[in-house]
Amino acid sequence: MIRFTDVTFAYSDSDQPTLRHVDLTIGEGEFCLVVGTTGSGKSTLLGAINGLVPHFTGGHLSGAVTIDGRSTRDHPPRELADLVGMVGQNPSATFVTDVVEDELAYAMENLGVTPTAMRRRVEDTLDLLGLHELRHRSLLTLSGGQQQRVAIGAVLTASPRVLVLDEPTSALDPAAAEEVLATLTRLVHDVGMTVVIAEHRLERVVPFADRVILVPGSGEDLIVGRPQEVMAESPVAPPIVELARLAGWEPIPLSVRDARRMAGPLRRRLAGLEAGLPASSLPGAMPEPLAAAERVSSAYGSVMALNRIDLGIRRGEVVAIMGRNGSGKSTLLGLLAGLRKPTKGRVKIDGQEPGDLPPRKLIKLVGLVPQDAAVLLYCSSVADECEAVDRESGLLPGTTASTLDRVLPGVPRHHHPRDLSEGQRLALALAVILAPAPPLVLLDEPTRGLDYPSKDRLVRLLRELAADGHGVVLATHDVELVARVADRAVVLAEGEVVSDGAAREVVCHSPVFAPQVAKVLAPETWLTVDEVRAALTASVR
Amino acid sequence: MAVAAVRTTNPMLLVLIAVVVVFVVAARRSSAPWSRSLAVFFRLGLIVIAIRVVVEVVFGLRLPGNVLFALPRVPLPAWAAGVSIGGPVTVESVLQAAVDGLRLAVILLCFGAANSLASPYRLLRCLPTVLYEAGVAVTVALTFAPEVVIALGTTRDARRLRGRPTRGIAGLRGLAIPVLEGALDRSLQLAASMDARGYGRRFVAPTHRRVATGASALGLLLVMVGVFGALDPGSMPAGGIPILAVGSVLLAIGMTAGGRRSPRTRYRPDMWRLPEWGVVLSGCAVLGTFVVAGVAGVPGLQFTAYPLHAPILPVVLCIGILVGLLPAALAPSPGGPGHRGLDPTSVEAEPRPSAGVTGASR
Repeated sequence: MIRFTDVTFAYSDSDQPTLRHVDLTIGEGEFCLVVGTTGSGKSTLLGAINGLVPHFTGGHLSGAVTIDGRSTRDHPPRELADLVGMVGQNPSATFVTDVVEDELAYAMENLGVTPTAMRRRVEDTLDLLGLHELRHRSLLTLSGGQQQRVAIGAVLTASPRVLVLDEPTSALDPAAAEEVLATLTRLVHDVGMTVVIAEHRLERVVPFADRVILVPGSGEDLIVGRPQEVMAESPVAPPIVELARLAGWEPIPLSVRDARRMAGPLRRRLAGLEAGLPASSLPGAMPEPLAAAERVSSAYGSVMALNRIDLGIRRGEVVAIMGRNGSGKSTLLGLLAGLRKPTKGRVKIDGQEPGDLPPRKLIKLVGLVPQDAAVLLYCSSVADECEAVDRESGLLPGTTASTLDRVLPGVPRHHHPRDLSEGQRLALALAVILAPAPPLVLLDEPTRGLDYPSKDRLVRLLRELAADGHGVVLATHDVELVARVADRAVVLAEGEVVSDGAAREVVCHSPVFAPQVAKVLAPETWLTVDEVRAALTASVR
Repeated sequence: MAVAAVRTTNPMLLVLIAVVVVFVVAARRSSAPWSRSLAVFFRLGLIVIAIRVVVEVVFGLRLPGNVLFALPRVPLPAWAAGVSIGGPVTVESVLQAAVDGLRLAVILLCFGAANSLASPYRLLRCLPTVLYEAGVAVTVALTFAPEVVIALGTTRDARRLRGRPTRGIAGLRGLAIPVLEGALDRSLQLAASMDARGYGRRFVAPTHRRVATGASALGLLLVMVGVFGALDPGSMPAGGIPILAVGSVLLAIGMTAGGRRSPRTRYRPDMWRLPEWGVVLSGCAVLGTFVVAGVAGVPGLQFTAYPLHAPILPVVLCIGILVGLLPAALAPSPGGPGHRGLDPTSVEAEPRPSAGVTGASR
């Protein structure tokens, strides 16, 4: 179906080819997962499938990419629209029309499908993706998960034979991500569609994949194989695979079900060791919380985003805020960061109301890294950005640059922030926020688009910050991150606190938010592979 | 209706027109956001009347008549001889001004009604295939506006997080650049997405298609000139109607010729059936009554305050206006068969308030 023959591709501004001598065949009806670290060339590989690379991005491509016999050399993306559907990371940026139904019909209008066929396919797609209740809704009013499903539907209606998705679930809460993945599996099994998907959170997708393509980056050869084979040696692996490596399970299980069937002996070995786990109780009654929200409500027009929330954050504590898309997580962070004032109630940080402070004082008190870290950055190079922060915040010259080195060494100083990889950009945004040393640090979805190595670094950094006495709050969908870094978890739903307690208890007792290790080793409450490893080595000794 | 309003100066007829328009809107409007525009236009109309009267009182020409009250006259230098400020105010002049204002207000009301009954998006959907590209551009632009507002919000927040001023000139500069950058970014992504989804596919522009596009553009221009003529009987002796007709024919030819070759299809196009024709015809009937009455010189069409008298009510014209009520019953019901529940307005009711304009340009 898709054939790459000796493909080498280099962007015009780089002398290193991103892809080198790629030979790859993807058959009809395959579910292919593309993995790799950020900046390794995953998106380039995906873009080459429908010709957006190089027709839209520029650069030089040698060799040939053919889709069902059509070469991307002679066929620009629009001529492949009936064959390849492309769904990007940010669905809202790709919407052409304003209403769900029109968006679904847009590609068909371009392809000249007859009105009756169009009508039928729109109805079919609405049913297939469960969108029929949203058909007349404006696209701007949809939640992230809904938007992503509409974006998939909008390419599906053109009945392509190949569906290419670049991190389709990165912005979605666990439930919505499951929903999208279930839809994709259904398409592969029921319609025989070929699906090529890039994804960082492997734990979500690996169980569904037929084949895994590992892009090692820096132009090295691709590693292609069945998930078990590739995962056994992949540098990026979901927790379940790491657990399997630790326990020596063979073949490597990919789903929680498979792992549980093999986990009997491990569970017995671990029985009784649970006492060695870090204390699940919260650090004793600290007299004065660093920050507190007291019966805080916030409303957008007539919509209540938050309803009488009480929340205290202590120094040295990492608090994870979880909940569905649109449950009020970002609003809560915005209140704490002083971006808006609560409709009712009070927010206090160190005794001051953040909403009343002038910006210059505010940044010494609290720092927020927003979902899209890029909006914080507006200088034309990394070095300029660092200097600007030093100058404006009245810091010693070089403070921000050294903070950046602490967060992530080796970020190229002359690059434009937009040209950095996702992980580097987050590091820079963090450095910008951390340089004035605010006691309270807030992060909104920090792991969006981050690969496993970057995530490891982030976890270490957050623990360090907490150890230094910062209060850290992160709003996230990433349960594995919560399992590794959070002391406390707060679950929001419809603007109210549903549960608030030690991360271990909150996370393990929720079927949606439980991390993979906890699912495999339930009923005991192990959260991460590291904990299991530590317990095992201790017991041997 | 708007055209009718332009052609009369009889206050009673004008009020009748306003009542008819409001009634139809009340019967046919939906809960969509644009439906509220009638109230806005209504207020605008009241303001127009007030301004017109005040201007007349202060600056008006001093024609003889029954003096209502006198304002102190401001002496002006000789070079401003044509203008007077203050002086005696007559009943006639105030009345005349009020009627003029009323006329303008009723025209505004008619446009407000058109606005509140039709979704801008659905109007775009009615665009003929020849103008499809232009239509897409407008749609994209319309969706773009709310996104820029959102982008402004995030950039503001980001600046506050960085400890920078969000107000004043420095704040504005810092806001504009990231927002524009974001807009450019978005447009690139959008272009990629449209391309990947087949926009501009197999686009061949044979000569006759280009001619067709040209013909439609020329036709559109002529239609506009013609409408101007029809609205203002004084400016063109022929009344603009012939130009309107020629333009419409040219436009129709251009569109059918251009549309036939396009491989693109339209998803669930809005149906044009009996009720729609009914609406258009009733609009035309109102217009026709007034044109005929104007030509035939039916008394009561024009009203002047000199000498002062009560306006007479011409029966024929009243019946003409009342025909305008028909769409309230005729217009396809919101969400009825053949209509998309999405914007349950009757876009087809739109030609009625300004039948001469929209009816022809279709």
